[in-house]
This record gives sequence, structure tokens and C-alpha cells, in this order.
Amino acid sequence: MRYLPLSDADRSAMLEVVGAGSIDELFRDVPESARQSGPIAGLPHHASELAVERHLAKRARKNIPAGEVPFFLGCGAYKHHIPASVDHLIQRGEYLTAYTPYQPEIAQGTLQVLFEFQSQVARLYGCEVANASMYDGSTACWEAIGMARRITRRTKAVVSSGLHPHYVSVCKTMARFTGDTLETAVPELGAETDGERLIAAIDRETSAVVVQYPDILGRIADLQPIADAAHAAGALLIAVVTEPVALGAIRAPGEMGADIVVGEGQSIGVGLQFGGPYVGLFACREKHVRQMPGRIAGETVDAEGKRGFVLTLSTREQHIRREKATSNICTNSGLCALAFSIHMTLLGEKGLRQLAALNHARAVEVAERLAAIPGVRLVNDSFFNEFTLELPVEARPAVHAMVERGVLGGVSLGRLYPVVDALANGLVVAVTETVTDEHIDALEGALKEVVA
Amino acid sequence: MTINQSGWKPAAPVAGPGDTGTITGNRALMLEEALIFEIGDTDTTGVDFADGEAGKSRLGNLARTSEIGLPGLTEPETVRHYTRLSRQNYAIDLGLFPLGSCTMKHNPRLNEKVARLPGFADIHPLQPRETVGGALEVINELAFWLIDLTGMHGVAMSPKAGAHGELCGLLCIRAALEARGDAREVVLVPESAHGTNPATAAFCGYRVENIPATDGGRVDLEALKGRLGPDVAAVMITNPNTCGLFEPDMKAISDAVHAAGGFVYCDGANFNAIVGKVRPGDLGIDAMHINLHKTFSTPHGGGGPGSGPVVLSEALSPYGPLPYTARTADGVVHLVEEEQAEEFSQVHFGGAMQSFGRMTAFHGQMGMFTRALAYILSHGADGLKQVAEDAVLNANYVLRSLEDVLDAPFARSGPCMHEAIFSDAGFAGGITTLDLAKALIDEGFHPMTMYFPLVVHGAMLVEPTETESKAALDQFIAALRSIAERARAGDESLKSAPVYAPRRRLDETLAARKPVIGWKTPAPDAPKISGRNEVGGQ
Ligand SMILES: Cc1ncc(COP(=O)(O)O)c(C=O)c1O
Repeated sequence: MRYLPLSDADRSAMLEVVGAGSIDELFRDVPESARQSGPIAGLPHHASELAVERHLAKRARKNIPAGEVPFFLGCGAYKHHIPASVDHLIQRGEYLTAYTPYQPEIAQGTLQVLFEFQSQVARLYGCEVANASMYDGSTACWEAIGMARRITRRTKAVVSSGLHPHYVSVCKTMARFTGDTLETAVPELGAETDGERLIAAIDRETSAVVVQYPDILGRIADLQPIADAAHAAGALLIAVVTEPVALGAIRAPGEMGADIVVGEGQSIGVGLQFGGPYVGLFACREKHVRQMPGRIAGETVDAEGKRGFVLTLSTREQHIRREKATSNICTNSGLCALAFSIHMTLLGEKGLRQLAALNHARAVEVAERLAAIPGVRLVNDSFFNEFTLELPVEARPAVHAMVERGVLGGVSLGRLYPVVDALANGLVVAVTETVTDEHIDALEGALKEVVA
Repeated sequence: MTINQSGWKPAAPVAGPGDTGTITGNRALMLEEALIFEIGDTDTTGVDFADGEAGKSRLGNLARTSEIGLPGLTEPETVRHYTRLSRQNYAIDLGLFPLGSCTMKHNPRLNEKVARLPGFADIHPLQPRETVGGALEVINELAFWLIDLTGMHGVAMSPKAGAHGELCGLLCIRAALEARGDAREVVLVPESAHGTNPATAAFCGYRVENIPATDGGRVDLEALKGRLGPDVAAVMITNPNTCGLFEPDMKAISDAVHAAGGFVYCDGANFNAIVGKVRPGDLGIDAMHINLHKTFSTPHGGGGPGSGPVVLSEALSPYGPLPYTARTADGVVHLVEEEQAEEFSQVHFGGAMQSFGRMTAFHGQMGMFTRALAYILSHGADGLKQVAEDAVLNANYVLRSLEDVLDAPFARSGPCMHEAIFSDAGFAGGITTLDLAKALIDEGFHPMTMYFPLVVHGAMLVEPTETESKAALDQFIAALRSIAERARAGDESLKSAPVYAPRRRLDETLAARKPVIGWKTPAPDAPKISGRNEVGGQ
């Protein structure tokens, strides 16, 4: 077996040192009845590298990659161009095959990257501090609600109807078990977001208001009035960002009063990968840092006075605090955080702004062209790189009909809200820098046909 | 704009005691590297975009006006920054990484290659089913391997890491108890358990109580039985446990817990010791997470990502999270999400499936599934059995080669499984486990897990894994033997280790007392000193 260095001669010599007559003697604590005598029956035996590659490549070929067709899906995962150097750098063994930096003297590479990553996330979000990553945007969102509960000692979260429905589901699952109450609603196919409903629902029991920005339909609303109302009632504002590229064009949630900003970082540096692994971003005010979940890298000095970095504030974490920890998270999304950080360094502020401008300009162009198709209505007044159309027909079958025409044309709201009839004709279309003029022509042509 | 207007570069050391004696602060291949905030600026970018004409804005009135403060570097500078930093990391690719409980084995590059096939790496989680059939097949195929290898009934694939898997398992247990109208409040956890176990139980609203261990490092069966009762929802057991020992009474523990109406959660972080040899399902376990980033070789990436599928017993399978995959008689693999859950359950499971809900957006760590499946197919059932045997042999070899110089508290009672545990008994002159660990760094090894589990004083948990050769083990043993002898002799010099690492010991107390956890721009007149960035404000 190509991954196992021991030879049979090694094994015998080692068994002798160990003082065991056979390998089975080392398993003597396992009751006989639970031991498999040979390899587990019914499963295939080992295979060559070539055979395994063929096996998986065959399955890969059954899927349609985003890069091979006109592609317009978003809703929490976005197709962006990732510079080639990102994937090369994250495959360096020193990053790829390191563990969590528990021994800082020989993990300064990872630790400095995490420190830089935290700094980038905090600035992008307009917040004071950020952690070293969560699993993804949805779990970060739930953790933010838990954090708000600990800070305010209240248990009611008011959730915007514009929050990604998967994120809402995750929060509902957890709330069922923690005793939090979530006030949720489904969105309406209109240009207005539900800020007024949120403000009206805030009361003295409210721990936090949770608002996605831009929201699931792509709409952008000022968070300041919601932040003001929340703060007046002693509640926090949690902003959720599923498309970080947007923050190269629109104001940061932290600037508009958000106390905790969380989101998905996949767009920067991390491929689509059918939904994971992604990278959860988590930022907040400095005064709340001790309630923040997850790992944090911090600056310090070594015994010779040289600057260095360590994991810090770990008295919040499970390995020290056990049942009193702020979260149970241990392994996070380290390598995806590295990819995010490298891509963000390549972009820099200038590149991020250009990228965002390009996305927005393309999206505006596509929105105008699609809205001109008879029967198709653009729902949004405002949007960044993603907007919602109301079709004259149900959007789910329309999406499938577009697949037959070789176009992945968007996400139907019927997929995300299967029981809400009022949303059945909604189609969310995302347009990034990867979209070409030919792609736009193809989408326009396909959509014309399927709504005709 | 330059972010670091003072030009202050604390990373570059100044001449002084203990310094390098070079002008740059570098020493041949030992290269210092400043922060991106010190070397980059907001006008530089490493990406070219075609100049677009500024079109109409539909951003409402929310266009960003203020500076973000994100430094950029050109591509060559970027590649150099991250390459230089990478060289300050230890990694499994460089040498033995015997971090107990973490299973730092070789990460096959075939796995990296298949995970990057566009058919897996470049598909969107919300693509229509007919465009992702191959991806669903991979998830389903891995699911079947995990079920067969563990002898369980079902598997939840979406948890994102081990701790998320624990959460999944406990939520299944809570849902199953609630379904029978049984509100229980307590979860029993051994003192030797990993911190995620009690943290997870508390996260799900349970009160955590400890179960004691025997002198032999196992769960005290009689004490456990004495504590079981109608308030106990579950017992969380790690098997093999965190002392590197198999729990021989596992079946009896499960039977007792079941008789008292509770469920058995098994922390499967140590599955590597028994994969292909023992099926946890035969031991009465109801739920167990599998860290694909341990047993099944997906790379640790400096802290993640992981993947923590949870295998489930027949009693718990109906409650697992959405979405899940299921293959029907026609050979089609379905992705069952919220919308079809009800109907799918009716048609294919007689209405039995009553998922507790969703744990994450989308469908889990696909990028880890492809890697783990490539690993499993490469080994096959025979190779996986050999994995467990070699992992256990390597650990016992280390144990027996060092027990004369390091106290091995459980060695007398017999062999260990995949990891060997030592204590600091016998160290003289105030030498600690930490000192010994740091001295290993100077010898070119990553230290073992220190001070975990909590039940062994000054614990040192050594997990070599099966991907180490005998020659590598012999070198490690020789190094550790020599350091252990120095520790027993009270050799003061151990206290200043490491000497040869990119940094000497770091001041963790300072880091926690006055946290600096992000870049703050120093004032233009900040003193140009070596050391910590404590000046200025954003
Ligand atoms: C025994 C044990 N349980 C649970 C975990 C948690 O797993 P993860 O880090 O994947 O969340 C770990 C690993 O860190 C572990 O060693």
C-alpha cells in the first residue's frame, strides 16, 4: 500500500520490541465478539492511484461546472475568478499539512496570516476586531445570535425576512434547543425591505436584530435606522453579508452601527465546491471580544523581544472552559481563511473596488436587458451584483428549461421557499466579473424562450 | 495610499543582544517577513481588470465613500510574502507530527488533485439536480463506506467538523427523546473527554456531569451505572479514549445506558486505531462523528477546514439533519432538502424520517468528501485494516521504547491503541512537560499534545500515525529519549528551548492581558523600535 511505509520485516522487528507475538495481541482490549477477523466483508480492496482517479473523474464528468456554461447562480455562493497564485500558495505543504498553531514558535506562518486575515476582515466589515474564522456564514450567523444572548441576557432575536432561508433554518434548528425565540418572516417580491417591520418588533426582550446586507433578493437598505432602534432598546444589530465583494462598493455594516457583522467569505479566494468548505467571517466591537466565539490570533513578543503571534484569549474556548465556553468550535476554516487573505492581498483596496465596480456594472446591464423581456419584471430598486426577477411563469421549471438550453440561469425562489406560492415566480440572478457578453446573450435568449 | 505611513517595521529586528548579526535581520534561509499592512498600500493591486466605463449606479444611496484600509501587493510580492511566511511553519510534509488525538498522517496528493476537478470544485450548491448527479453519487458512495466501516444504520454528512458532528449527534438524541415525550437534562462526560464534548452538550441545553475514570484510565463502569437514571439523556464516550486505550466495557456501557433509557454518543476522533478492524455499531453506539480530517487524511490546513459526518443507529437515523442523500431502487441518488423531506419520507421510509432540521447552509464539506473517498478507495477494506494495525503498532513501539525514561501511567495494564501517553513524573529541577515539548522543536520535531487529557499529570500524548517509517520513529525516539533524560536530570537549559526556531518562547500572558488582535496604524511619529505594535489607533 503506497501510503504505508512499514515493511513486513519492520513489523516483525517492532513487534519484538513491543513484546507481542502478533498484531492481534495489541488489540486484546477489544472483545473477541467485536473484532473483525479479516477486512470488512463486502467492501472492495485497495486500488492504484490511476484507478481511483478514473473512478472519481468519471463522477466529476457527470456534473456541469460553472465555468463551462453561461452561469448566473448566487444566493450565498458566488462564482468569481480566483487568481492562479492563490491555489498554488495554499497547496504549499507548510500551510496545507500543518495543524492548528498550538506551538507558536514553529507556526508563525499560520499565525501571522491569521492576524492579517483578522485585520482584513475587520476593515472590510467596518468593525474593530474579527476572529480567525468560523465554519461558514450560516453557522457564524447562529453563533452571533448566541453571542448577542450572552451580552444582553435576552433571548428574542428579530430576524429580517431578507436573511438567506438556509441561515434562517440553521438558526431555527439551534433555537429549538437553546430556548431562543426567533421572529422570522418570508420576504415579499417588492423593492422594499422589511426595516419597518423589524423596528416595530424590537422590544425590551430583544437580544438582537438580524439583517442580511445585501439581502437574499439582492436589495440593499441602510442599516443605520435599524441600528438606532435596536440600540435604543438595549438590543444589538447583527448584520449578515453573504457576498463580501459587495463591500468594495457599498458602505460597511460596522459604519452603520452594526455591533456584530458575520458572513460568508467564499467569494474571495474559495471555489464553489458544491457548498463547502467555505469560510465564516465574524467581527464585532472590541468591548465584546471576550464573548466572541472561535480562535483569535494576537500579537506578542518572544523571549528576545521580537514580535510574534500566538492564539490568544483562549479562556473563551472549549479546551479551557469546557461546558462554559462561548462555543464548541474547535477546527475552523483555516486554509480557506488563508485563501481569502491571499486573494484579498492580491486585490488590495484598489482591486477590490475595481472588482466590485465591474460586478455592479455587469449586473446593471444584465438587469436592464432581462427586465426588457415582455412579462419579466425587475423587483429591485437597489442591488449590487444580484437581483430578483418576477417571471410571468413559475421559476423552477423555467430554470430547468434553461438548463436544457445550456444555461444555468439563476436560483428560483421556489427552490429556497418551496411552500411560499407568492414567491414561485421569483428568479434570483447573480452577475459577476466572470460573465461575458456571449453569456448574457445566451441567458437573454434562453429566458425569452422559456417565458414565452 | 500607504497604510504604514511611518515606515515602521517592527518585524525587522534591530541590532542588539541575541540578534542575528546581519543587516537585514535574516539568516540565510531564515527569513523575516513584515505584515502586509507594513509593506502594502491601498493603491497597489496584483490583479488586472479591464477598465470599465462607470455605468449607472443602482446602489441606492449606500455607495462606499470612506477608505477601507486594505493593503495590496503585486503578484510577485504576494507570492513572496506567503512563501516566506510558510517557511516559518512546521508541517507533516516536513517531519513527524505526533500530536495526540489529532491524527496527523500524510495527506495524499491524489486527494488534492481529484478535489480540484472542475466537476467537483466548480459546481454551485444550488445547481439543478440534473447538473450535479456525479457529486451526489460521491456523497452517497462515501456515506455507504462510512456506514459499512462502522456497522451503523445511517449517516449525516453535513456537519462541518468534529465538534459540529457532536452537535449533530446530540441534537438527534434530543429529538429522539422529545419524540417519545421524554425530557432529560443531563449528559454524562468522562473527565478525560476533549473540551468539545462538554461544550457541545452545554450548547444543546444539557447539564454536564463528569464520570470518573479508573486507575487504569478507563471509564468506571460501576460509577457510571450508579449515576444512570431517568434524567440522563446521553453518555459521551471517546473510544479509543483520550488516554489511547480501548474501552473494553463499551458494550456493557451501552447496554446499561440503553436500559436506563439513554443514548450513547461516541466521540470518533480516534477511529484511526480501529478502522477496518472494529465496527462501533457492534458496540451498541447510537451516534459517532468521524473526523474526515483525521482518520481519512483530509489535510488540516493549519486549523481547518474539517468535516464531521455522524454515523447513526437505527433509533437515531430518522432524526438526522437535512439535507441528506438517498439512493432509490432506480439507482438515482436524491438530495432530500426541506421541500421534499415530508413526501420522500412518506414514499420511501413509511413516514419515519423526522429530521431535526438543518445545521448548515447547503450540503456539507464536498471538498473534503472527494478527498476522503479517494483515500478510502485507495486503501480499500484491506488497506484500512492495515492502517489501524500500523498506527497501533507504531504507537506501541514508541511506548515500549521510552517507558524506561518516561512515566507511562497505563503501560503496565497492557498495550495502547494508536497513541501513547506519558506523564511528567520523574522530571527534576522544575522541568515541565512544556520544557520537554519545546526542546523537541529544537530537534526538528513537532511536539506531542501537551497537558491533555486532564486526567494525567503533565500529560504528553504521542500519536505517530501509520504513515511514519520505522527509521523516522527511531530518530524521534532517540531525540525524545535524550530530552527525557535531561528532564530527569533537571537540565536547566531545557527551560530556554527552543533556541533554533524562528521565534523563542512567546509571551502568551502579555498577548491575553492586553490583546492586540488586528493591525492598528501607528502614528507617523511612532518610535521605530523592534517589538510589539501597541501604538496608534485606527
Ligand atoms: C477527542 C476529540 N474530540 C473532538 C475533537 C473536535 O474535532 P474538531 O476539531 O474537528 O471539531 C477533537 C479534535 O480536535 C478531538 O481530538
